[in-house]
Amino acid sequence: MAMTMTQKILAAHAGLSEVKAGQLIEAKLDMVLANDVTAPVAINEFEKSGADKIFSTTQISLVMDHFTPNKDIKAAEHCKKVREFAGKYSIKNYFDVGDMGVEHALLPEKGLVGPGDCIIGADSHTCTYGALGAFSTGVGSTDMAAGMATGTAWFKVPSAIKVTLTGKKAKWISGKDVVLHLIGIIGVDGALYRSLEFTGDGLADLTMDDRLCIANMAIEAGAKNGIFPVDETTLAYVTDRFEREIKVYEADTDAEYDEEIVIDMSTLRPTVAFPHLPENTRTIDECGEVKIDQVVIGSCTNGRIEDLRVAADIMKGKTVAPGIRCLVIPATQKIYLEAMKEGLLEIFINSGAAVSTPTCGPCLGGHMGILAKGERAVATTNRNFVGRMGHPESEVYLASPAVAAASALTGVITDPENV
Amino acid sequence: MKAQGTVHKYGSNVDTDVIIPARYLNTAVHSELAAHCMEDIDADFIKKVKDGDIMVADKNFGCGSSREHAPIAIKASGISCVIAASFARIFYRNAINIGLPILECEEAASDIKNGDELSVDFDSGLITNITTGKSYQAEPFPPFIQNIIAKGGLLNSLKDRM
Ligand code: SF4
Repeated sequence: MAMTMTQKILAAHAGLSEVKAGQLIEAKLDMVLANDVTAPVAINEFEKSGADKIFSTTQISLVMDHFTPNKDIKAAEHCKKVREFAGKYSIKNYFDVGDMGVEHALLPEKGLVGPGDCIIGADSHTCTYGALGAFSTGVGSTDMAAGMATGTAWFKVPSAIKVTLTGKKAKWISGKDVVLHLIGIIGVDGALYRSLEFTGDGLADLTMDDRLCIANMAIEAGAKNGIFPVDETTLAYVTDRFEREIKVYEADTDAEYDEEIVIDMSTLRPTVAFPHLPENTRTIDECGEVKIDQVVIGSCTNGRIEDLRVAADIMKGKTVAPGIRCLVIPATQKIYLEAMKEGLLEIFINSGAAVSTPTCGPCLGGHMGILAKGERAVATTNRNFVGRMGHPESEVYLASPAVAAASALTGVITDPENV
Repeated sequence: MKAQGTVHKYGSNVDTDVIIPARYLNTAVHSELAAHCMEDIDADFIKKVKDGDIMVADKNFGCGSSREHAPIAIKASGISCVIAASFARIFYRNAINIGLPILECEEAASDIKNGDELSVDFDSGLITNITTGKSYQAEPFPPFIQNIIAKGGLLNSLKDRM
C-alpha cells in the first residue's frame, strides 16, 4: 500500500513493512526530550513506576531553557532535580546555563536529531524536527517517562494533508509568513491528528531556518507532526553535524492525502496573527494602526541566526522608537556567538534594544519581558493565547523578525518595506 | 477483557474543562478528582454512576487542555469504558496511558441512548446493546494496547521491561 513520508518512518521504527492511517503501532525512538518544566514531572512518574534504568545515555536530551537562568526558587529546585537525575543515570545530553539554548533550536544545531528519526518530546513544539525529515511529536509526562525507560512509544498512524509550496518569496517574506498564512487558511484545528507534509518546487526557496520555523508551528494548526522531504538543503545542514546514520524516506508518489493545499509563496505579504489565536491572521496591509509597547525577537520559532540577520539589517543605524522595549534573545549560545562575531549584537545595542542570554523567557510569560495589563507586544514567537506573555489583558501579535524589527523602530505594527 | 453497565450519554465536544474543571486541579488524589467529574454539565453524575457503568458520547470527546486528570477522574468515578464517535488526540493518548478503556464507534455513539444496558468485549471490539438487542463492531485494540489497559496503564504495562 502507498504510504506518506510520516507513515514510512513510523513503519520502519515499528518493524513493519507497511502501516495505514488509524493503525496503532509501537515504535522505537531515536531521541526522547524534556525541558525544565516537563522533565521533573516525567522523572516523578519514572521513579514512581520503579524503573531503575534508562534505555540510552545518549538518546535522552534534557534542556533547561524555560525558566533559566533560574527565575525563582521553584525553577532552581526543578533544575536541580533534573541535574541530579541526569548525573545519576549518566545522561550525556543534559544542557544547563552556559551551554543550553532553546530546546528546539539546540537539538538540530547539535546534530542530536536528523533525517529519518522517530522522536518524542514532552513539549508540544517537538514537531520542529520535521524540518529535517524526521517524525517528531509532542507527548505527555507518562509517555516521556516510559520513553526514557524503554526507548519506545505507541502511536496511532496519522493521515496527512499535503501542503504544496510553489514560487519564490519576495524580499522580507520568510518561513514565518508562510506558516502564519497556512494556519490562517486551515485554522488552529485544521490539521487535528494529522501530518502536514510539505512538498513542491517552492522548497528550493526555503532555507533550513525557514523550514524549522514552519515545522515548529505545525502544532498551531493542531497537527501531530509537520514534515519536509530530505533534499540538498537538508543534507548540507546535517552532514558533519548529525551523529547517527542519515536515513532518507520519501512519500510514495501515489500516497493518499486527506486534502491538498497549494500556496504560491510569490503572492504572500508579511503576515501578522492578531490576538488571541494564531489563526487570526491579517496581511500587513490589513493591520491598521496598532500601537505597541514591546517587541520580542527570539524563541524556538525565530531566534536563529538568519532571523537576527534580518532584524539587524532593518535596525542598522536606526533607533528603537521612544517608549518601546525591544528584546533580542538569540536561541542558543552558538547563535549568540555568531551574532556577536558578525556585529549584529552591536547593531541591536546601538539601536537601543536589550540583548539577552538564551532562554524561553517571555515566550511563555515566564520571565525577561512580561507584559502589564493593557500592553501589546509584537513577538516572533508562536502563541498569542490570552495571557501568554503576561497579564490576561495584554496582547501578543505574532510576526516575522522583519516585521518585529520594523515595528520596534516605529512603535506601531509596520511593513519592513516602509522603514 | 469485558465490561457491562448502564450508559451515561453525552453530546459532541465534551472538553477536559467539563470533565474536570480547572478549579479542582490543585489535587492529584484520584477520588477527589472523581468527586467533581462532569459536574458542570451533569451535576448528578457522580451520584448516579455505579461501578462498571459506561460513558457514551459523540464527536471529539476530551478536547481542550492536555490534562491527564480528565481520564483519571472518569476512571476513578467507576466508569469501565468510554465509547465515542471520535476522541481528541491527547485525551486518546492519555486515556490509554492511564488505563481507561476507550472505543471509537460512530454508529454505536449515535444509536445508543442514555440508560441503555451495554456489554463490551475489548478483545473483539464487539459492543452489544442488551436493552435493544442491537450490536456494533468497533475496531479492537491490538494486543499491546490491550495489555496497557489490562495492566492499568502504560508504566505498569512496561514493568517487566524496566
Ligand atoms: S521558546 Fe516558547 S514555544 Fe519554544 S520551547 Fe520555549 S516556551 Fe515553548
